[in-house]
Amino acid sequence: MNLEALVDCLSSASCAVTQVSTGLIVGMLLFLVTSGLSLIFGVLGIINFTHGAFYMMGAYFAFTAYALTGSFLASMAAGAIGVGLFGMAFERLVMSRVYGRDILMQLLVCYAMILILDDGVKILYGGEYRMMGMPDVFALPPVEIAGGFVPGYYLFMVGVALAAGLVLWLGINRTRLGKIVRALAINPQMVGALGINTTLLYAGVFGLGSLLAGLAGALAAPIRTLTPGMGVSILIESFIVTVIGGMGSIAGAFLAALLIGFTRAFGAIGFPLFVDGLMFALMALVLVVKPSGLLGREAA
Amino acid sequence: MSTPMLEVRGADVYYGASQILFNLDLTVEKGQTMALLGRNGAGKSTTFKAIAGLVPPRRGEVRLSGETVSGRAPYRIARAGIGYVPEDRQVFPEHSVEDNLIVAMKRGRRGEAYWTLTRIYEVFPILAGMRTRHAGRLSGGEQQMLTIARALMGNPDVLLLDEPSEGLAPIIVQAIGGLIRTLRGMGVTILLAEQNMHFCLDIATHATVVDKGQVVYRAPVAELRGNTAITQRYLAV
Repeated sequence: MNLEALVDCLSSASCAVTQVSTGLIVGMLLFLVTSGLSLIFGVLGIINFTHGAFYMMGAYFAFTAYALTGSFLASMAAGAIGVGLFGMAFERLVMSRVYGRDILMQLLVCYAMILILDDGVKILYGGEYRMMGMPDVFALPPVEIAGGFVPGYYLFMVGVALAAGLVLWLGINRTRLGKIVRALAINPQMVGALGINTTLLYAGVFGLGSLLAGLAGALAAPIRTLTPGMGVSILIESFIVTVIGGMGSIAGAFLAALLIGFTRAFGAIGFPLFVDGLMFALMALVLVVKPSGLLGREAA
Repeated sequence: MSTPMLEVRGADVYYGASQILFNLDLTVEKGQTMALLGRNGAGKSTTFKAIAGLVPPRRGEVRLSGETVSGRAPYRIARAGIGYVPEDRQVFPEHSVEDNLIVAMKRGRRGEAYWTLTRIYEVFPILAGMRTRHAGRLSGGEQQMLTIARALMGNPDVLLLDEPSEGLAPIIVQAIGGLIRTLRGMGVTILLAEQNMHFCLDIATHATVVDKGQVVYRAPVAELRGNTAITQRYLAV
């Protein structure tokens, strides 16, 4: 524990700004991953344990597309859309066969998929760490904010995540398709009886949730080292975010993701050996004080 | 004779191993309001679920305007022209009244778009006054009206109403009856399942009586009204 360092950092503008920006991008990546996880759970009622592996796939797809084309835009599209399509195929070919089955069966199927994807990455890219590097379009001097320096790419990431969250929220709450999806979450049989193809809709929702994980992976690729198995820790963290924010609440996921981001960023200075412990302590605290999560609905 | 709007031919329907409907035949002509009468457990709801594709018949078939639809997924049967109002109503409780209608919006099988939000609110003025209210907050009668309106939003050829009077106060039942008569007057083809015979005799044009999963009687309503043998045997409470 190093509280002195934490106090020093908080009282120095440059250190505080740097840590806030770090917390923000950690939080935004978590938000994207968690909102996809939460969307899939909310509508299909299944926990997609492969979600972290989809994040990893997004990063590797982006890495590959960037290496091939040199275009950052292409790398983002490859990560997001590629994983979205993969998720849809995975739902149709695999997950749809274990709907309504024991959760252990779903877990087993997902775990098998995680192993296959991780080993697939090892076969294609080798076991060692890979770096995509900062794309040329972002090779700019960092932006100075209140005496601290923030890489331009961080601001871009925050913008993309906020835009994605806003589009998702508006889509679910304001469009007809969103209304249908919310009805599907509550009463799929009735939705089908109204002439709506629920099978297609399930695949679409799973694909959209996967796309969010892939987008997060693609956004993370320039600033993270890529390794097989990089999905595991983000999956666990996004479960923590879900518990803290409340199941099925996008706003809750956003709030909790930021909370975890800042906990990690400042915890790394104040409690460098206990960062993971801090997250779990926060989760335990929320479970004690408000078991349904910060913005989750009370269980009926 | 023209092709019937809805035809069930020789339907055997099972829940698992137990057979519920036996060689059931049912015909509804365009513009009819057909009452499907019978005691609790006679097979009325199962007939509806078989038509809507929720419990497909193991033998026999369901035809809409001559086209066989049984065996298709429920959403395709709905698109082929069935508007299903289930017994337990099943509004989307956390959606507003208007959003319940918007979810169900679709064109008819020949592209008809007769039923729109505007027309629904004309025919169901009570819903117009509560369009932003959560459907779960409505009374039973209001929810019943909403589910009928919701089914109409899909511009169906045939409206299936499963026990619309069930569990409602007499004055509300009257209002629902009035509404169904209005729809009948507009030319909507209706199949109406009921235990409440008097409610049905007032609003239906024809009746089919089922007992133990089989059709035991069919006639225009006027004829059924005079046939005390049938009403006593199969419908008396």
